[in-house]
Amino acid sequence: MSFARVLCALLFSALACLSMPDAVRAADLPSALTRLAADDFTETAQAIEEIADSGAPHAEAILTALSNARLFIEPATKKVFWRTPAGVVHDALSGEPVAAAPAGMDVVRINNRLRRVLANAIGALTLMAPEPQRRRAAAEALFRSRDESALPLLEDALKAEKLPAVARAFREARASIMLAAAETPKAQRIESISVLRERADMGAIASLRSINAKADEQAKALAAEAVADIEQRLKLIGYVQNVWYGLSLGSVLLLAAIGLAITFGVMGVINMAHGEMVMLGAYTTFIVQEFLRSTAPQWFDYSLAIALPLAFLVTGLVGVAIERGVIRFLYGRPLETLLATWGISLILQQAVRTAFGPTNREVGSPSYMSGAFDLLGVSITWGRLWIIVFTLVVFVALLLALKYTPMGLHMRAVTQNRRMAASMGIRTPWVDAMTFGLGSGLAGIAGVALSQIDNVSPNLGQTYIIDSFMVVVFGGVGNLWGTLVSAFALGVANKFLEPMAGAVLAKIFILVLLILFIQKRPRGLFALKGRAVEA
Amino acid sequence: MIIQYLLSRYEKTGLAFLIVMAALAIFVPLSNLFIPPSSAFHVPTHVMSLMGKYLCFAILAISLDLVWGYCGILSLGHGAFFALGGYAMGMYLMRQIGTRGVYAHPVLPDFMVFLNWKELPWFWYGFDLFPFAIVMALFAPGLLAFVFGWLAFRSRVTGVYLSIITQALTYALMLAFFRNDMGFGGNNGLTDFKDILGFSVQAQGTRATLFFLTALTLIGTYMLCRWMTITSFGKVLVAVRDAESRTRFLGYRVEHYKLVAFTVSAALAGLAGALYVPQVGIINPSEFAPANSIEAVVWVATGGRGTLVGAAVGAVVVNFAKTWFTTGALAPYWLFVLGGIFIFVTLAMPSGIVGTLQQWAGRRRAGKADEAKPPVAQAAE
Repeated sequence: MSFARVLCALLFSALACLSMPDAVRAADLPSALTRLAADDFTETAQAIEEIADSGAPHAEAILTALSNARLFIEPATKKVFWRTPAGVVHDALSGEPVAAAPAGMDVVRINNRLRRVLANAIGALTLMAPEPQRRRAAAEALFRSRDESALPLLEDALKAEKLPAVARAFREARASIMLAAAETPKAQRIESISVLRERADMGAIASLRSINAKADEQAKALAAEAVADIEQRLKLIGYVQNVWYGLSLGSVLLLAAIGLAITFGVMGVINMAHGEMVMLGAYTTFIVQEFLRSTAPQWFDYSLAIALPLAFLVTGLVGVAIERGVIRFLYGRPLETLLATWGISLILQQAVRTAFGPTNREVGSPSYMSGAFDLLGVSITWGRLWIIVFTLVVFVALLLALKYTPMGLHMRAVTQNRRMAASMGIRTPWVDAMTFGLGSGLAGIAGVALSQIDNVSPNLGQTYIIDSFMVVVFGGVGNLWGTLVSAFALGVANKFLEPMAGAVLAKIFILVLLILFIQKRPRGLFALKGRAVEA
Repeated sequence: MIIQYLLSRYEKTGLAFLIVMAALAIFVPLSNLFIPPSSAFHVPTHVMSLMGKYLCFAILAISLDLVWGYCGILSLGHGAFFALGGYAMGMYLMRQIGTRGVYAHPVLPDFMVFLNWKELPWFWYGFDLFPFAIVMALFAPGLLAFVFGWLAFRSRVTGVYLSIITQALTYALMLAFFRNDMGFGGNNGLTDFKDILGFSVQAQGTRATLFFLTALTLIGTYMLCRWMTITSFGKVLVAVRDAESRTRFLGYRVEHYKLVAFTVSAALAGLAGALYVPQVGIINPSEFAPANSIEAVVWVATGGRGTLVGAAVGAVVVNFAKTWFTTGALAPYWLFVLGGIFIFVTLAMPSGIVGTLQQWAGRRRAGKADEAKPPVAQAAE
């Protein structure tokens, strides 16, 4: 596709070159080059214009060389040469490479005024460049510089242009120039305003603001209106972007907190080692990727799919071990549980640090996780999108599992009335271990996802633990929907505060708000009512 | 007569603690200053500083034991009060540097000159006066604890919820103090101190005096907390710990009792911080790290919660172990040990070193009297 486009563009630009009155203009080149040899700034300025107008196929190369101090004069013969960055010397008149560079050449000097002239000239020349990206970049440069002298060239380029996207960039550049020019007819000015209004970005606002003072009142009013309109639209896009970032952060919070919603929310166990389960999940991803890199690099794109069940298993087993080894002795003593699990978290952190070193580990992203696309002016990265989707899938799967599987039924029975469940023949210790394992396993798969957007280091878990607790407490203990709502609410609130207060202050502000909120509703947004509260 | 008074107030452990502390307070500085280094009884200056540091931690631990051991409030934010007190002292010490800083500005500390600030922020006013700094070291943490506690206890936030929001509190403060424009030196904190009350902080004599004062403060803290816990006020605190609702139904304003204990405890923690800073020569935002606060909790748990003496013993023992481990080849394994202590103490030794010893002693006595009641009431959640 893109190859075909480039081919088309090449063809058309070649045609465009041919259609120009080459023979007449090329005659200007020798005189321009002699002007250069004079080594006088005014003469050089004149020469630049002439070279740009000459239509010689290598005009751009000459001007680029001039701006980079790679254009030389041989004092004896007054011949001009340029050197490519690779070091090949070309003759400026014919454009042909020279076998041996003459000795004792002088660099053609330029000053700041000439640099501006050069930039415009090169910008105008690249409007004819064969590559669409360069033509577009040239149009953008003109859009910003609003250089009136480039207008005729721009018109030519616009006529020759066949790619709609590039043609639009040309039209926008033309509108920008015409708006700023003194002698534009009213109708064209108004048309320009509508073109810029279509464009609707910060650049368009800048162009609309620089409308020429000689423009009539109606055009000025229209321009002001367009600016207001664009600003409105940009504000809206900004909001949407913030909501998107907020949802993205919220999904991360939800992922980190969802396992905690099980262990803390459902079982009432304060698991300070929860963050370390996330960390273990991330390291599992790292190990899987290292293994694939060395054995089957072509499977690298599947690394996350392989890591997910593995991480769930690894962290789930660690969770069961923790429950059986430590936590089961501490039921009914939440403060002691807190301390013991903090101890576990220290040990796990240090164990990982000993095994993998204290530095960040490189976890790669599969191809479908990288890149971004544009939706209504909002830039959306694939990685973030996948994480949101993944989070929601995990959430729904967890809800269904709790509701429809026998294991989920047992879990709910045990949390609602332990003794009654036991007398109905449910092995409550076994259910406890499984529930804790499930919560830890969820933390593990959260770690797989978070390894894509965060540094994988032994401290990974520490950064999430306080946030996770805040999410669960804010949402209301024992309520998965509450956790969902609170994670997204906190994420969005954080992102809306950030532009106003800065990232750190926003975070502090959210923490303070949460602390105040807990005073008001100690049991969270969606508190369980009735008997379940007493348990 | 004094002995009789003391005997009426303190049990054996407490008396022993007071005697040991008094002996340390007198012996260590004198030995450091007057016994020649060649003697076996000489205490080198760096050992004395280290011990001074431990004693500061012991004060923090006792203050934490007052709220956790006697009132059932597990604060995971006591490090914040400690650090606030430390910052108050640090601000005084910064103002004392005067023109000897790198930029030699007569009023502004170096970091403010560096940040291109033109004048002193309002909250730095008064910190050139030592008494003001000491009052602030008590008042700032006390005020924070008062406001925080007033909000929390009034709406009956208890148990783990309280623990988690105290942790969030210290975390938020840490993030705030890491910012440069807070005006507390950002990342680097406050350091490079020169004088305290006109004496060089580096001088041996100053260090010995600081140690002496720290030991005295520890004794005072212990006596104050002991007094608070054996009076009828203290009985109500224990009642709140063991059965909060019942105490409330009996007509006590539970939140008032908790608030007093929490505020006093925070002020004491601030005092500990104020003594800590001149001895270690730096205070920075990492003192606010949640891990520090939770480590202080484990000192109390190791020593034995609800015993006061135990808290001090735990602080010294755990920190001694930390120093011993982290200075040797075993440094990478310290966190394993610390984690292990957390787990071991909660699982196997819920009443800590001092509590367990007291139980043994009690059982032996009880064995003779054929009565099997442990002297220390088991703390309920």
